[in-house]
Amino acid sequence: MRTAAEGICGFIGDRHETLKGNNVHHAGSIYSIGNGDRKGRGLGMDGKKQTKVEKMEVQSAELMQKIRVESDQKEKQKLIAQRERIQRKVTALRNDRVVSRETKRDMVAYSFIAPNFIGFAVFTLVPIAFAFALAFMNWDGSNEITFVGLQNFAKLPQDTFFVAALKNTIVYVIGTVPLTMIASLALAIVLNQKIVARGFFRTVAFFPYVASLVAITAVWSMIFHPSKGPINYILYSVFGVPQENLPKWFSGNLVLLTLILFSVWKYMGYYMVIYLAGLQGISAELYEAGSLDGAGTWQKFKYITWPQLRSTTFFVVVMLTINCFKVYDIGV
Amino acid sequence: MSNTAEKTKYRSKHKSEIAGKVAIYLILLLITAAMVVPFLWMLSASIKSNREVFLMDPFEWIPKEPKWDNYIKIWTKIPLLKFVQNTVFLTIVVTCLQLVTSSFAAYSFAKLEFKHKNALFMAYIATIAMPWQVYMVPQFIMMRAMGLNDRLLAMICLQAFSAFGVFLMKQFYEGIPSELCEAARIDGMSEYRIYAKIMLPLSKPALSTLTIFTFVNTWNDYLGPLIYLKTETKKTIQLGLKMFIGQYSAEYGLIMAGSVVSLIPVIIVFLCLQKYFVEGVASTGLKG
Repeated sequence: MRTAAEGICGFIGDRHETLKGNNVHHAGSIYSIGNGDRKGRGLGMDGKKQTKVEKMEVQSAELMQKIRVESDQKEKQKLIAQRERIQRKVTALRNDRVVSRETKRDMVAYSFIAPNFIGFAVFTLVPIAFAFALAFMNWDGSNEITFVGLQNFAKLPQDTFFVAALKNTIVYVIGTVPLTMIASLALAIVLNQKIVARGFFRTVAFFPYVASLVAITAVWSMIFHPSKGPINYILYSVFGVPQENLPKWFSGNLVLLTLILFSVWKYMGYYMVIYLAGLQGISAELYEAGSLDGAGTWQKFKYITWPQLRSTTFFVVVMLTINCFKVYDIGV
Repeated sequence: MSNTAEKTKYRSKHKSEIAGKVAIYLILLLITAAMVVPFLWMLSASIKSNREVFLMDPFEWIPKEPKWDNYIKIWTKIPLLKFVQNTVFLTIVVTCLQLVTSSFAAYSFAKLEFKHKNALFMAYIATIAMPWQVYMVPQFIMMRAMGLNDRLLAMICLQAFSAFGVFLMKQFYEGIPSELCEAARIDGMSEYRIYAKIMLPLSKPALSTLTIFTFVNTWNDYLGPLIYLKTETKKTIQLGLKMFIGQYSAEYGLIMAGSVVSLIPVIIVFLCLQKYFVEGVASTGLKG
């Protein structure tokens, strides 16, 4: 059974073929005119060029034969493309252009890319390739590089630092990703409604993201100072936590919790903006239809907002996880 | 009878709506407080003496005798002015280079057809998710071999050509109808002029978004300068601040004053461009 999509593809394919057919036919007619023209200008062309052109013409004719008998669509497309390429070269040669229109177009495109790509290739791509190659090598930085295969990877699990670091990172990721996601989604939903001073709230929520890590870690380390900080003071005086039980935020197991809190606080605003962008992409009609069917707030969220935001959530989770594994600066 | 019942129903609905609104505002205020209080505390501490910073009983946001001279002292204790100059120079050069080269390359990826287009773009995409820590050591070895160690130029080379910028601009350009370019092409405009006269003026939201990201990242970068810049006269403000914290760890008021100074430029840039920001993120497909 053919699905609808397949049918459409087939249809487009057929159409394409007929179009191409026309095209080929058309090219053929130009070709004959070209022949006449060439006879007229024959002197302008040196023998070498002429044999080259003739050779290519033979090639293209052969390809044409193949295209006629080929039944597989994909193969056919490939052959057609190949023939077109040859044909273009022939026209370029015949018109005495050194570079074909194709190459010219490519050159323009490359000239756009070059300034960025050269810098990017030299300072990013090459080091990355180098890094991957080094993973399989033994090198101390000055002596000769020797290939060791997978030995480096085999050594990793025996390294206590690596194991401990991996464990901490995983705990950190598991703590940070869901928390940040939920907090930023909730904030985005609230800030997507019509409320007073919406712009102000949005700006404020984004503030920690643009602030420099050095400055805000300095603030956090003062606010969470175990003996003098205001947080512990409030815990002590308002909630009556005894002095000796006051949390030491930056030592022991608690430090991971502090880090998680810190990164949720810092990065929430950024993911909120991404969610806001996602929310604005949901059409209002869906909610109207929901209201007509008597859906409540929670139902609207569950059946409209959440499914519509699926790709956004995917992106957020992926970025969060990557950024969590990248985490280094905060630890400094 | 039924009328009054309906009325009460209506009223209770109205009431619950109001309650909902109040709850939303309460949550918002709480979150906002959590976001802002550390910054306010920073501001307040920056005009206090070391003794007053942690004084909680009585706690005052503005001390009776504000120590404004904290803001003068920090410039003399460390060469902060030099650090600021270096950072301003770096940030402006990197941001300009990033904007020009990324939008240039992105135009080609979004609106032109050429050989190896997909392969080249894949090279960009593949590195976006790559943590810098993965390749910073080989990068450093390479840069040192090129003689770029301990030079501001190294920081420019590292930060000016990011895959992120190209990706962001490309996503935005794809949202601009190709018919515009086609029409201009038929009228005989060259690709360079199409880029300059049609695409650039249309891409303000994306350019603003990229400016915010690049400016903020370059200004706030700590790890990069830490690895590359050794001489004191070449250090950036983040390094200087960290150095200050290390040397005068008990001068809380001064540390906070330095932090405030280091935050001012990013906040100004952000506030100036933030009006385009949500739109920029929405239209550049950063949301995936």
